[in-house]
Amino acid sequence: MLYATRLRALSILTAVTLTAGFALAFFYAPMDADQGFMQKIFYVHVPLAIVALCGFIFGGIMAIQHLRTGDSRYDLRSYVAIHLSLVLGAGVLITGSIWAKASWGHWWVWDEPTLVSFLIIFLLYATYQPLRFSIEDPERQGRYASVFAIVAGAFVPLNFLAVRLAQSYTHPRVFATTDGGLPAKMQLPFYLCLIGMALLFATLWRYEMASKNTSAKLRSLRRKLAGDEAVAPRGRSAAPSVGTGS
Amino acid sequence: MTDTLPDNTGYVAAAYLVFFALVLIYLVIMATKLARFERELSELDELADRAPEREDGREAVHSH
Repeated sequence: MLYATRLRALSILTAVTLTAGFALAFFYAPMDADQGFMQKIFYVHVPLAIVALCGFIFGGIMAIQHLRTGDSRYDLRSYVAIHLSLVLGAGVLITGSIWAKASWGHWWVWDEPTLVSFLIIFLLYATYQPLRFSIEDPERQGRYASVFAIVAGAFVPLNFLAVRLAQSYTHPRVFATTDGGLPAKMQLPFYLCLIGMALLFATLWRYEMASKNTSAKLRSLRRKLAGDEAVAPRGRSAAPSVGTGS
Repeated sequence: MTDTLPDNTGYVAAAYLVFFALVLIYLVIMATKLARFERELSELDELADRAPEREDGREAVHSH
């Protein structure tokens, strides 16, 4: 599969959607009656969090495919999705802390289930790369990493449940069920930002996949042109080895 | 200017800056990889150019 196909169109679509979403968030969405201007953080923080969590689940689904088929391409897809979700997850924690400081006066609140459960998920996935790196045999590495990705991926929906079941209402309720939820004029910018963030994930995922594929093809080409001795041994790596047939 | 800006503008700006910085860092990493690929490709291009010369040399040795 060629991951760079239509990447330019996808990149442009991502940039346009995100720009439109952020523009609407600032110039169209009304000011929140309770939080005022600082509620604008919501339009970057929440889509980031949703996409990061969905990315972890996507990594789990790819891991299931890897275990089911034994095809290492699925392992690579899972690895890249989790890697990218971790980056977005770091963004969620930082933007969330900034929002918490602006809203509650504290950078972090330990008795808030939403925050703590997200941190647990983030820390759980932070062990994914060291786990991979600790296993030298590529086949075992892929298999163990897939099992990890599936188990951790199943844990992710708990984060959504924690938000709903939490009794504490310290964390801002944006999809409340009792008092009408998000106002209509906030919904459009929010969903646009969410789509934009999902497109950003898809774009960066494809960039990363294309990069890994190109790197593998270059190694293969070098081997064909200059022989095996011209290619340095791969050595221990957390990243899955890529077959050139993909 | 601060009179015209709403409260907590700094926090909002910081949150969006964090997001843009993350994307920018990712793009810089991608650009570095792209530069490496370009370098490797030009090396391989040179290798491919030299390959027929090596083949000719080998054939000449065999004919002697």
